[in-house]
Amino acid sequence: MNTLGDPTAVAEVPVSGECDISRARVVAAGLAAEAGFSRAAIYRLATAVSELSTNLVFHASAGGTIRLTLLKRGPSWGIEVTAEDKGPGIADVELAMRDGYSTNGGLGSGLPGCRRLMDEFQIASEVGRGTTVVARIWS
Amino acid sequence: MRIPILRLGDILLTSIQSDITDEQALILQADILKQLDQTQAVGVVLDISALDVVDSYMARILTETARMARLMGGEVVIAGMSPLVAVTLTEMGRELVDVLTALNLELGVEKLRERLASLAGESGEDVADGSR
Ligand SMILES: Nc1ncnc2c1ncn2[C@@H]1O[C@H](COP(=O)(O)OP(=O)(O)O)[C@@H](O)[C@H]1O
Ligand SMILES: [Mg+2]
Repeated sequence: MNTLGDPTAVAEVPVSGECDISRARVVAAGLAAEAGFSRAAIYRLATAVSELSTNLVFHASAGGTIRLTLLKRGPSWGIEVTAEDKGPGIADVELAMRDGYSTNGGLGSGLPGCRRLMDEFQIASEVGRGTTVVARIWS
Repeated sequence: MRIPILRLGDILLTSIQSDITDEQALILQADILKQLDQTQAVGVVLDISALDVVDSYMARILTETARMARLMGGEVVIAGMSPLVAVTLTEMGRELVDVLTALNLELGVEKLRERLASLAGESGEDVADGSR
């Protein structure tokens, strides 16, 4: 991230209940609109944030936070989403990234969908310690 | 709060908002099924134009509601599905399988009526065939 100049953390949204999901989404969409992202890109970002927030609510025991950071690379703007929690973690990340895999009767397309919607995607998880997902989208 | 269901002749109309909770979704499904069962209603238009995104959670609610309504013999059209939503859904890896969609509420009602008319036509023929 150092190569990107001065990344500014612009928003941090605590997410623990269902009503926080739409708030995180609205904050992300507002930020992307301000940074001049296309409607399609805003929609992708909002959907990805929705998925990550939903996972914080339904899979991480005490919820977590969504952090949004504005990035600049040459002429283009980027938005980095970090979803972080200290929940139960994921035993098999590769499995969790598979389409249709869900441990609670969901569609199981949240994580793989998020990876497709965003330009960059990373996930790190440790059982008993928590999960961190970092995803970026560029204008 | 319960999500209101309007009745327009034999069609039920309901609008889904972004902040629908799991519990409200379950109640809405039950309400729709009850109305299909106890009234003359034979079709449902689910208006999703108020949704800011259709994520996988919402996609699940919509497909489940449609599937259950179908099991009760009802037809479902999802209205207010913009191309942007459709594209994102596809990229998410889940299309709303087997559900009729329309760009807006008006077109949704129209589409549902057409569908119901063609179904009525088909079953009319069946009856004629059977009586021969
Ligand atoms: N933050 C998280 N903490 C713990 N487990 C998670 C987290 N996010 C996702 N998972 C696990 O990964 C699985 C797949 O997630 P996802 O693709 O979003 O599908 P869904 O949420 O529909 O189950 C979940 O069912 C859950 O087991
Ligand atoms: Mg999920």
